[in-house]
Amino acid sequence: MKFGIVTFPGSNCDYDAYQAVVDQLGEQAVYLWHKDHDLQHSDVIVLPGGFAYGDYLRAGAIARFSPVMQDVIAHAKRGGPVLAICNGFQIACEAGLLPGALLRNAGLKYICEWVNVRVETTDTLFTNRYTVGDVLRIPIAHGEGRYTADQATLDTLEGDGRVVFRYAGGPADADEYWSPNGSMRAIAGIVNSTGNVLGMMPHPERAVDTLLSSDDGLALFESMLARVTV
Amino acid sequence: MTRYRIAVHISPRRGILDPQGRTVADALHSLGFASVHDVHVGRHIVVELDAGDKATAERSTREMCERLLANPVTEDFEIASVASVEAA
Repeated sequence: MKFGIVTFPGSNCDYDAYQAVVDQLGEQAVYLWHKDHDLQHSDVIVLPGGFAYGDYLRAGAIARFSPVMQDVIAHAKRGGPVLAICNGFQIACEAGLLPGALLRNAGLKYICEWVNVRVETTDTLFTNRYTVGDVLRIPIAHGEGRYTADQATLDTLEGDGRVVFRYAGGPADADEYWSPNGSMRAIAGIVNSTGNVLGMMPHPERAVDTLLSSDDGLALFESMLARVTV
Repeated sequence: MTRYRIAVHISPRRGILDPQGRTVADALHSLGFASVHDVHVGRHIVVELDAGDKATAERSTREMCERLLANPVTEDFEIASVASVEAA
């Protein structure tokens, strides 16, 4: 399987994604330059973390108009898988591939730490190798990760089983929907209505090797292998 | 063609948590501005463009707001002023 990893000016997790795919998963990966209209016949597109276009105006607002994104959007509309991580999630929301928006963390601080993320559904392209309720150790690193959408959108996401990951394990007195960044309903990751685009703030590509504390993210990549026919 | 300078105000939609605004309100309270009960922090964008008339300039800027300058999910915008200026 071939993963196409988009490199925008300001992407900084593209190599992490490459390494996860090539070294840990043993699959093919190529970098896709943002100015090219060429997905190089990739099966899966990864929108990696970083600060595309300096996050000017709003995170993802400029990146969504870059040349490669027009092809990524077409790929997604054809049902092609897209894994949008962190800044990639912000870009996917701005591009209309996913509903809602990622706003400044409620505590106003950039947060870089390991968090617990609970798997809410395994009926997706990206999570079929997990068990519902699994709590994964995955790092987050973002300043704008507070998932926000109107109530009707949130209810639709919940009703359709599209909330894939939620933050878990806050302080003892935390309420049901505790999150490190103030996300509505503690949402850490969602899929689109056709299930082929996953956006998530935590970084599964940084949790693929126990040498670096956790390999809990690896099964996300393995899930895609199990389901995507090449 | 006339050159216009258009000011746009973009603000977080009411009802959506605005932690920056709240922090500024807290800071104002601590400085003794006890009468402050709400603050919102947004963006002020100034666009200069050439257009045949004022209405066209405003319509064009409105489209810019809808497509790029504001996020329709979380922000509201208003065109604060449209003024003709001397082209440099």
